[in-house]
Amino acid sequence: MSVVRRIWSLSVIPLASIVLALLVGSILIIASSPASQGSLDFFLPIRAYESLFEGATGLSFLNIEDDGVLAFGLSVDVERALRALTSTIVAAAPLILTGLAVGVGFKAGLFNIGGTGQVLVGGFFAALAGAAVADQPVPVAVTLAVLAGAFGGALYGFIPGALKAFTGAHEVVVTIMLNSLAAFAIVGLVNDVFKIPGPTFARTGNIGNAALPILFGRDGSLGVLIALAIVPIAYFLIYRTTLGFEIRTVGANPSAARYAGMSPRWLIVFTLSLCGLFAGLAGTIEILTLGYYPAVFGTTIGFAGITVALLGRSHPFGILFAGILLGGMRAGAPAMQIQADIPIEIIDVIQGLILLFLAAELVIRRLLRIRGESVTPGELQSVSRSYGEGSA
Amino acid sequence: MEFLYDLPVLGFIFQLAGYLVGAVATTNLAPQTLQLATPIALGALCGVMNERSGIVNIGIEGMMLTAAFAGFMVAVFVDEAMPDVQPSAFFGFTPALIIGVLAAVAAGMLVSLLHAWLSISVRADQIISGTVINIIALGLTGYLNRLIRPSGSAGTFNSFRPPQELIDLPVVGWIFRMFLSLGPISMSVIVLVIVLQVLLFRSRWGLRTRAVGEHPRAADTVGIDVIWLRYRNVVLGGVFAGLAGAWLTLEFNASFQNGMTANRGFIALAAVIFGRWTPLGAFGGALLFMFSEALGVAIRSNPPAGELGVWLSGVQSTYPSLYNNAFSALPYILTIIVLAGVVGRSIAPAAVGQPYVKEGTT
Repeated sequence: MSVVRRIWSLSVIPLASIVLALLVGSILIIASSPASQGSLDFFLPIRAYESLFEGATGLSFLNIEDDGVLAFGLSVDVERALRALTSTIVAAAPLILTGLAVGVGFKAGLFNIGGTGQVLVGGFFAALAGAAVADQPVPVAVTLAVLAGAFGGALYGFIPGALKAFTGAHEVVVTIMLNSLAAFAIVGLVNDVFKIPGPTFARTGNIGNAALPILFGRDGSLGVLIALAIVPIAYFLIYRTTLGFEIRTVGANPSAARYAGMSPRWLIVFTLSLCGLFAGLAGTIEILTLGYYPAVFGTTIGFAGITVALLGRSHPFGILFAGILLGGMRAGAPAMQIQADIPIEIIDVIQGLILLFLAAELVIRRLLRIRGESVTPGELQSVSRSYGEGSA
Repeated sequence: MEFLYDLPVLGFIFQLAGYLVGAVATTNLAPQTLQLATPIALGALCGVMNERSGIVNIGIEGMMLTAAFAGFMVAVFVDEAMPDVQPSAFFGFTPALIIGVLAAVAAGMLVSLLHAWLSISVRADQIISGTVINIIALGLTGYLNRLIRPSGSAGTFNSFRPPQELIDLPVVGWIFRMFLSLGPISMSVIVLVIVLQVLLFRSRWGLRTRAVGEHPRAADTVGIDVIWLRYRNVVLGGVFAGLAGAWLTLEFNASFQNGMTANRGFIALAAVIFGRWTPLGAFGGALLFMFSEALGVAIRSNPPAGELGVWLSGVQSTYPSLYNNAFSALPYILTIIVLAGVVGRSIAPAAVGQPYVKEGTT
């Protein structure tokens, strides 16, 4: 099979899911247009998606005349496009990392739902380290803070990994519990121990020189470079090293791995720690951009990682594209809210719908008569099937 | 008895026990626990219905949230349509509230139907299906709530007031207070738990459900329609998630906020595991988890006397936020401990998570 056909067969179901999600989303937008616009507006989805696209890329292909008539016409403003594309890639960077945190787990037959907690712990560690080295020279401060964040995330991935490997506790439930636990513990620690006097709300100290340096545009920071560099590293690790081969073998068939002399236990611990490291880096980027850790730090990038991983078929390069796509949606959503008066939450609905259609791929296949490869990773079969085996 | 309090280390435990006996007898600790445990227990019943039939459900959170939203919106709508209705003296029933509860239950069943369809017919990964439900529920209710911006409210159900003589009875008075001074949904929980426990372990339906959850192939061989039974149980489980949602917006609060389930669905999941997939066990788990929460409130408003009180208030004044969060975090820690097999073992139905394909079909 030629490379093009192979890529097509891999991406046809994700693409169909995106299109279907946008279609269902537009039905929702039309149905709810009386509440937002005052009357039923069949062209609202076009305006909404156009402003979303424009917010994400800076390219506009619609002009809305004063009398409300829509006219097609591509207008390109290079400066605006660069600004919009920068914000897209900035929003995509953490999503790529949380996508890897889920996708690499899939490879080993593990479902890491703990991205949220690992993001929080990674960001928290980075904030504490950043505040401690705030006065060091920039390269030293940034390196130490990033390493601390990666370590924090890895540590929080190690816990469910070790519990799964040595007690059999299923990682899905354990990571869900750890997500809430991280939130409670960190709120308490920031409020009681690490709060600095001064600001009106509880937060940790300024990270000073540990702030990620801006490399391009208004906010294109080192974080983008970190995320983009991790993608080929993850690819190399999984598909080009012995360790990666062992990880994939454990995912495909744990008993075969054991008979071949591999140690599934240590591979589980290692893989979940690595997943945690990726998610921890995502949190690190968020916090080292914000400049401090606020006591209440709400983030949805952990859960979005599941959509990214499945949309990218848990392949590092697929995850890169999926992350950029969802990053674009996040970057463009504020423009859509302003221009088309549509609540920003529609983005979450569309993301959920994409995931819904990816999950229902059997139906899509029959509906559209397409023959692509299965989206749900085969390794995942053992995940849900082992759900009940916790501590058995 | 006082000398027990002075023992080293053990004394603290006796002091705590003494405090608990006093608090249960004189304060609202017991009814408050049962009240807070209501959505957890109902969500857990939903989880038991699903997982006993062999379907993993991590989407309880999303089911509850959708139901809470639908129930609230419908209740507000009905309330605006008939503004002159006086609430009944009995639990403060109004048509708006009752129709709201029905709408919440219908919404819970509808979302469960989606979960059933994805898990059973489409044979999608059941954990992904649950995640889909959680993400869409959060997004959709947030989107619609922002769009509609409901201004009114349909009020809430009232708690029942048992006769004072009953509460004042020695020794058993607190039990009446615990189970009777509650709203209608909270009060129904104990009945539902017992009914489901009996049905699951003493009825033909229960035997079939457990068979389908443990060994669907064997169940199929003896003529049980596995697919149909799983569908029915998952959708009926949605009734409980719907009631939990109704409790949030029609009994406990009189409003809807985005993401207001605040992880209750996940605590319910924990209660299912903690209770070893039985309704009574899950109810016990829900009570234990929320007792921790209620105890935190009770200690804050009415600190224990003696050494224990001094120690607790010392911790509280030095680490107020950590101290409060520790009570909320307890359910999650306990669940991890149980899952790790440190205290007893929790074994799930054997076929949970496995889609069923009838032999001879593909």
